[in-house]
Amino acid sequence: MWFIKREMINRHCSNGKDNLRNFTKRQLESNHILARYLSELPGDADGPTEAVAADEQSLHCPASKVGKCKDVKVAQDPLPCYHCTVHSIFLQGERISMATSCAHLCLQCRSLLCSKKVASTWQYYTHVRHCIRVTQVPTKILDGSSIVKGTHKTNPAKQMQKQQVFCYSDFAAKHLATGAEENKDVEETSCADVVAFKSPMLPIRDAVLESQVSLDLDAAAEFSAFEVISDEEAVRISVPSAMPPASTSLRDYVDHSETLSKLVQLGVNLWKIEQRPNVGSMLLRLNFNADVAPRLLFLKEIGVEDSRFGYIITRNPFILTESLENLQSRVNYLKSKKFSSETVASMVSRAPYLLNFSVKRLDNRLGFYQQQLKLSDSNTRNIVARLPRLLCGSLEPVKENLKVCEMELGFKENEIQHIVIAVPKVLTADKRKLTKIFDFLHNIMKLPHNLIAKFPQVFNSKYLRIRERHMFLDYLGKAQYDPTLPNYISLDRLVSLPDEPFSSSLPMTHRGRSH
Amino acid sequence: MATPANRMFRRLEGLFCVYKPSGVHWKLVRDSIETNLLKGLNAAPRPPLPQEVRFLAHPVSETEAPKGLTLSAATVPALAQHPLVSGPEFQRVRVGVGHRLDAFSSGVLVLGVGNGNKALNDLYGTRVTRDYTLEGEFGTATDDFSHKGSVVERSTYGHITQDKLDKVLAMLEGANQKALLMYSKVDMRSQEAYEMAVHGLLGPEGKSQPILTGLRCVHFQPPNFTLEVQCLNETQRYLCKVVHEIGLELRSTAVCKGVRRTRDGPFTLRDALIHHQWTASDVTQAVRQYHSSKKNTRYSHKPIQTPACRPPEESTTTANEMELATKQEKVQ
Repeated sequence: MWFIKREMINRHCSNGKDNLRNFTKRQLESNHILARYLSELPGDADGPTEAVAADEQSLHCPASKVGKCKDVKVAQDPLPCYHCTVHSIFLQGERISMATSCAHLCLQCRSLLCSKKVASTWQYYTHVRHCIRVTQVPTKILDGSSIVKGTHKTNPAKQMQKQQVFCYSDFAAKHLATGAEENKDVEETSCADVVAFKSPMLPIRDAVLESQVSLDLDAAAEFSAFEVISDEEAVRISVPSAMPPASTSLRDYVDHSETLSKLVQLGVNLWKIEQRPNVGSMLLRLNFNADVAPRLLFLKEIGVEDSRFGYIITRNPFILTESLENLQSRVNYLKSKKFSSETVASMVSRAPYLLNFSVKRLDNRLGFYQQQLKLSDSNTRNIVARLPRLLCGSLEPVKENLKVCEMELGFKENEIQHIVIAVPKVLTADKRKLTKIFDFLHNIMKLPHNLIAKFPQVFNSKYLRIRERHMFLDYLGKAQYDPTLPNYISLDRLVSLPDEPFSSSLPMTHRGRSH
Repeated sequence: MATPANRMFRRLEGLFCVYKPSGVHWKLVRDSIETNLLKGLNAAPRPPLPQEVRFLAHPVSETEAPKGLTLSAATVPALAQHPLVSGPEFQRVRVGVGHRLDAFSSGVLVLGVGNGNKALNDLYGTRVTRDYTLEGEFGTATDDFSHKGSVVERSTYGHITQDKLDKVLAMLEGANQKALLMYSKVDMRSQEAYEMAVHGLLGPEGKSQPILTGLRCVHFQPPNFTLEVQCLNETQRYLCKVVHEIGLELRSTAVCKGVRRTRDGPFTLRDALIHHQWTASDVTQAVRQYHSSKKNTRYSHKPIQTPACRPPEESTTTANEMELATKQEKVQ
């Protein structure tokens, strides 16, 4: 089926006459037909039945000489379509509902339209090739559903406001961003983004927009798909995009939105972030040049690498709505605490939420780590630089972990300090895992506290791995962890070496000794 | 659509078994297998993005209509199919678990993927026995019959000898045989019962109380001993209780230190995948092995022997169980 989808735009009701002037001279002739049509149709047709009735009427009218409506569907419909006269929408001075314009849809179209709810998307298939451009008024090309929604028949007030414009070319430079409510983020970008116009080759009669009225129902009869139109006309036929007005996924909009396509090219995982509530709509409302680009440039200035932008935005899309002054002030604060700029860059790229937190909160956290752990300045900077998410999360789990280390596990303060400086992840680790590992190390492997504190990386490893390797060593009779005795197995090799080097590095002098 | 990921998924569908380590809930095992399979499936190359033709206008003066066609056609990829926009190809894989193992025990755990879950249902429904190795220790009794529970009683075990243990095991085995015959719901004096016994088809259909079809001691070193068990409809808790009862029968006490399933139907320890092998490629290989072994057993015509009449030996029992399983699969 070769037809163009079109949105109908409502016309300016107050300029009824003006609108009528938009029609060709030839249509003036059938003014009387217009009057008759108007009188017979109610102001707002109620539904398909009226549309059918009106259509029947139009069929009997003498055809106008202007071929206004050309049927694109040449192949399938050899008979000229008496319908889809776009201009019919302009006809009445009153509001015209979409349903009445149905009158001029071809039968096929009408069946399609009637099956849809009238109040729904309003994207219906017309065969109009003729684009009537309103020259007197600023051309407002309402794209997508803005046009569609604007013609809601139950909202006549809105209809009054809009210009009924038919534009052939969405990709002409005439795109103006409409302030319409249902704007998607398409307008300023969509020059290149519109779905391709599919039928450039059909001859289309040149439809010159003049100021003539002429509701010419008969003109519909004469419109033929074989009428020749110029290439410019062909080019100017607008193809409304297939964007749904609302969707649960961003993939319906990504081809039409410059922002979203550029984000995908940066490497942002749209699928992941659209699962979070409201993030999808927020991204659609952003403008790449106004919102996204300045922040990316800011990140580049502070030293974050380009390849990390995708990761950062995926993890924290709200960085794109944070004001630049705030971001700058937070970076300044970190620099004032004597973090070097490379450190700041690496912290931001590893903890994407860092710059969303206020200066007060960052200050709070740095102060906490310094006081609680009684670390020197440089040590605090060190652990925060290595694990920047310490500044992002809440402090309650950290306090609990410290209490666990102190009371349950029984480490002394300097031991805790040493552990935290060596493995800062202990502060945010799961406290049940910590207890489990420590229990195994202390009670089953019989390791004293000071030895465990000397190798804090055991807390970072998997419990299962420690247990399996210990049982393996026990079975071989080599489970000896005292550094003073011979054949000592150090804990760091126990947890960090992969299987092959670990097993081959074991001394084989006591082979065959059973447990 | 025959994308590489779909083809890989077709090869993954089937049954395989893994070795579940003790101390881990079976659900964690199933979840990590599913995660690894998804990782492997989504790492497969995706088909290239479809191209769309767009017409780009050259900027012309806005006031007049363009004089000539100033459009250039360009093919751009349609980003709606990009993996970053539409998500991974596979978001869920149906991995089903056969006979479950509780956290304390370890051993063979049969899993099924995709369409293999139907075969899993059949396996679950047929009367396949399972092989366990139980490690026991004399001298203590605990509340939950395992060595991790709180101690209830202690006793001496010096008087226990190998033949006393064997006597007790034989008595238990006899009692279980009686239960087996009782649950098979046939009159023991009929020809039908004889036929069934000859073909090894005596036994409970569906749920019943746990029945040990075979029981023997493989290692005895007081206080430790090891038992080998073949059973039907059991739970691991019941097996620990069996160890406890053996201790009671011997006028002492015993706890179970470990329960290890060595065979579940036709799946043995040898086919089980260990922790490092829980990846898509290894699972594919295991499934392929399962399919080929299924094909072999289906067309073999080995004579069926009654498992109950002979002392349970692992190899013949395995063959018997496989025959039984495939026969019952064919019947059902």
